[in-house]
Amino acid sequence: MKTSFIMNASARYVLWACVLLSLFVLLRGHNEPGGGFIGGLIGALGFVFHALARGAGATRAVLRLQPLTWAGIGLLCGILAGLPAMLLFGEPFLTQQWLGTTPIGTTVLFDLGVYLVVLGFALAFVLPFMEA
Amino acid sequence: MNWILALIPCLALLAVPAVALGLRARPALAPALALLPATLFGLILLLPLGATFRVDWLSSFGIGFAFRLDGLSQLMALLITGIGTGIFLFSGSYMTSYPKQHRFMAVLTLFMAAMLGAVLADDLIVLFIFWELTSLASFMLIGFEAHKPAARRAAQQGLLVTVSGGLAMLAGILLLGTAAGTFTISEILANRAVLATHAFTPWIIVLVAMGCFAKSAQWPLHMWLPNAMAAPTPVSAYLHSATMVKLGVYLLARLNPAFQEWALWQGLLTGAGTLTMLTGAILALRERDLKRKLAWSTVVALGTLVTLIGLEEPLAATAAVVFLLVHALYKASLFLVAGILDKKAGTRDALMLRGLGRHMPLTAIAALLAALSMAGAPGFIGYMAKDLLFTVQLGVPGLLPVVALLVNAAMVVVAGVVAVRPFFGKPMEMEREAKDPGFTMLAAPLTLAILGLVFGLAPALISVNLVEPAAAAILGEPTGIALGDKQATEIVYYLSLVVLVLGVIAFLAWTRLQPRLAAQTWLDDYGPDAAYGSLLRSVSLISGAVTRRVQTGSLRFYIGATVVLMFGGTLVLLVAGGGLGLPSADPLPLPHQAVLVGLVIAGAVAACRLQMLFAQVMAAAVVGFGVGILFLTLGAADLAFTQFTVETIAIVLLVAILARLPFRELDARRREEHRRDGAIAIGAGVVGFLTLLAVLSVPFDTQMPDWMGAAAWPEAKGRNVVNVILVDFRALDTLGEIAVLLIAALAATVLLRRARGK
Amino acid sequence: MEFLLALLFGVLLSAAIYLLMARSLARSILGLLLLGNAANIAIIASGRVLGWAPPLVAPGANALVADASNPLPQALVLTAIVISFGLTAYVMVLSWAVWRGKGTVDTEALRVAEPRGLPAADPRDAAEAETLAADLLPTRTGAR
Repeated sequence: MKTSFIMNASARYVLWACVLLSLFVLLRGHNEPGGGFIGGLIGALGFVFHALARGAGATRAVLRLQPLTWAGIGLLCGILAGLPAMLLFGEPFLTQQWLGTTPIGTTVLFDLGVYLVVLGFALAFVLPFMEA
Repeated sequence: MNWILALIPCLALLAVPAVALGLRARPALAPALALLPATLFGLILLLPLGATFRVDWLSSFGIGFAFRLDGLSQLMALLITGIGTGIFLFSGSYMTSYPKQHRFMAVLTLFMAAMLGAVLADDLIVLFIFWELTSLASFMLIGFEAHKPAARRAAQQGLLVTVSGGLAMLAGILLLGTAAGTFTISEILANRAVLATHAFTPWIIVLVAMGCFAKSAQWPLHMWLPNAMAAPTPVSAYLHSATMVKLGVYLLARLNPAFQEWALWQGLLTGAGTLTMLTGAILALRERDLKRKLAWSTVVALGTLVTLIGLEEPLAATAAVVFLLVHALYKASLFLVAGILDKKAGTRDALMLRGLGRHMPLTAIAALLAALSMAGAPGFIGYMAKDLLFTVQLGVPGLLPVVALLVNAAMVVVAGVVAVRPFFGKPMEMEREAKDPGFTMLAAPLTLAILGLVFGLAPALISVNLVEPAAAAILGEPTGIALGDKQATEIVYYLSLVVLVLGVIAFLAWTRLQPRLAAQTWLDDYGPDAAYGSLLRSVSLISGAVTRRVQTGSLRFYIGATVVLMFGGTLVLLVAGGGLGLPSADPLPLPHQAVLVGLVIAGAVAACRLQMLFAQVMAAAVVGFGVGILFLTLGAADLAFTQFTVETIAIVLLVAILARLPFRELDARRREEHRRDGAIAIGAGVVGFLTLLAVLSVPFDTQMPDWMGAAAWPEAKGRNVVNVILVDFRALDTLGEIAVLLIAALAATVLLRRARGK
Repeated sequence: MEFLLALLFGVLLSAAIYLLMARSLARSILGLLLLGNAANIAIIASGRVLGWAPPLVAPGANALVADASNPLPQALVLTAIVISFGLTAYVMVLSWAVWRGKGTVDTEALRVAEPRGLPAADPRDAAEAETLAADLLPTRTGAR
């Protein structure tokens, strides 16, 4: 695929900017607009841009794992987030728990799971069509 | 102790996989499997009558795993495990020549478990589940030799008939549970006064009877039973004579105390029973295949039992119990003998089997003893059964006494043809000389036949412990009849002699009688079996015609038909329900919102009107982003961002795919197709618009958003309520949704790999 | 505003159905995209336009800001957007696979499962039908 010099050069920075932005959106999501779904999509957009510029092979190298594997890890996180309530506190599955009075709790893990599933899912669809 | 009750079916059920795996590894162990029913037999004897066990299951519906052992279920359970012991021993040897013997034994074990569950259950729903499980096991066993078309047809027929009946019965059970307020059988029977006046009761009687008639092969649903003889012989002996076909009789007997005073119940049972007896007797005389002949006589026996339950007389209950026991003993024995003859002499044709007695003396003894019990010879328990039967049946006004006499004479003929004729006379020609089989195959038929004599000589063995409790359960009160007391009056005695003489004469003339009966082909051409065939044929014809009409293969047709039906139906409901209206409280749009809506509408129209595909894609993108901005102005910031990113990724993907395909051709619809599709689409849009307006005209309850807003921070420590809903309030939904995403991605990946592979 | 949203829903629905019924799978995909948007508009509208502000809880407060919109339909639509993308993307991949396998995306030409003409046109079907018919005949009771 023929791409412009500017795209090629900027791809890496755009990618990391997008990933950083997506993580920021993910983490602030509980209090401001944002969250796992949007975060995951923004992250995916960064990787899609990278693939457009450098080809899917390069993007896969950056990803290290298959998109589906990331998505699988995400689903696992979502399930794991629901377990403490059931195993430790005798409450129904997915009743979220917090560390004392801090805002850090199982919701973060759950939202991270959503983020990873959405990221992996979008890339699993797009990347194969970016391949030469 | 009572937990043993629940253990009995569970133990058998748990044994199924062990049997399948164990016997595949060591087929030689098959006869040892008889220890399982023998152990269960012992366990049942250990339990006191009246033992109950209950674990709640669906307690809000009053349904539980309730089990109860009373006289009737004890009799059935002992028959199932006792005869089962013999059958398992027999099959261990008989089935060695069949491939997949381990599977056969596993299904047989499954059947025994289901059967025990059905007769021990004290809950109608649990009983129904086990009941259907026996139908399934029967299906698999009839169709065991699936390479034979006759076996396949018989298996399908048996399943269709019994399961259709079962469905009717389920409806009856649900009505019964509703009427009585409980599904527990013992409670229903205890509160039977409720049913005496309930409006549902006639329906319950008819529906439950349909299920029982199908299971117990009553006219006109009897045709599946003779056809089921396509199964290997142990199955015929066990399922289709001794136990499973008695399940319908069992349930009728079980519920008899609740319904016995209803004329409908009595009429239905005696009517169907009498017709069944008559049909079975005539067709039994006509048949020359040993197994099918025995099957017709089983049909007769089942008809007799159903008739007896329908008669409102204490003696009838005792007669039913004794006859049930007697029939199970001699019929299982005779079936096994037929199996032995089939195997050793190479045929089941009653006209060809001759003079085998000197080669197979032990088999002959078993056959003769069983036949004497069947014919009701003095000294045998069969004599007592016949005595009771005649006394009851001859006391009834109407046709029944005449039918009973003729049918009993026919049964003498069957006994003679099956058990006497093959062993006497001029020896038939055979390739190999037949001889008695080994112990494992002889044990069951001999024991069962001898028991018929033992019980006949010493009725006290079973009178108080077995027969009376069972008869009392059918009647709903003690019968006060002791087995072995002479019931018959003089006239009954002489009539039974007449029957015997008549039977023997007919037996001697049978070789000439049979061809004449067989020539009456109209019996086949217009019978229920033929009706079943035409029914199935017409079902496939009608469904074929409907499919051809509806399943055109055109995606456009499917979408169009769905849309027209869905929105047309909605329009009818909307207008008929007077649901048209305008939004109840509608804030005025801000100017930029109105402009945005106009932009999106323009994009949608352009997406339809533009000719070039890429231009259409861009128009669709305008719609997507426009909707995103609209979300933003409506205070849905999260949605707007999601929409923007999704639209971007979707367009990238769409362009990447379209670039690889020759998707550039114009829409190939003809002008009139465009018009018609456009009309359908606009119509649907108008209906959708009106429907949404109608929805919006209903005043809105803000309870839900108010609660969520109030709970988000204190309970879920989040200020973005949308996100709190996603990760906390409705987290399980979200988990389901991300699982769906993962599955979609997985499916797409597989699809891509396969398409690439080409 | 709710009236306008209902109107928008109607228009998007019409356009979506018109495109879905096109003979080319490519246009059907566009129809699906529009249909997803139409459904989302309908969900948002049925949650009513309660206000123009995002449904947030202000720091220090324990309830939604004044003039907040309804959060529940937004949460539903948020997942619906992603899910309908999943559906559309899957159909895109499917159309691509169909093209690879069949060489056409004209829906009128894709009649592999239900070809034109009678179902029994296939000789294997005819043989099967005959076997079935034989299976359905009643068993002769008198015969051997």
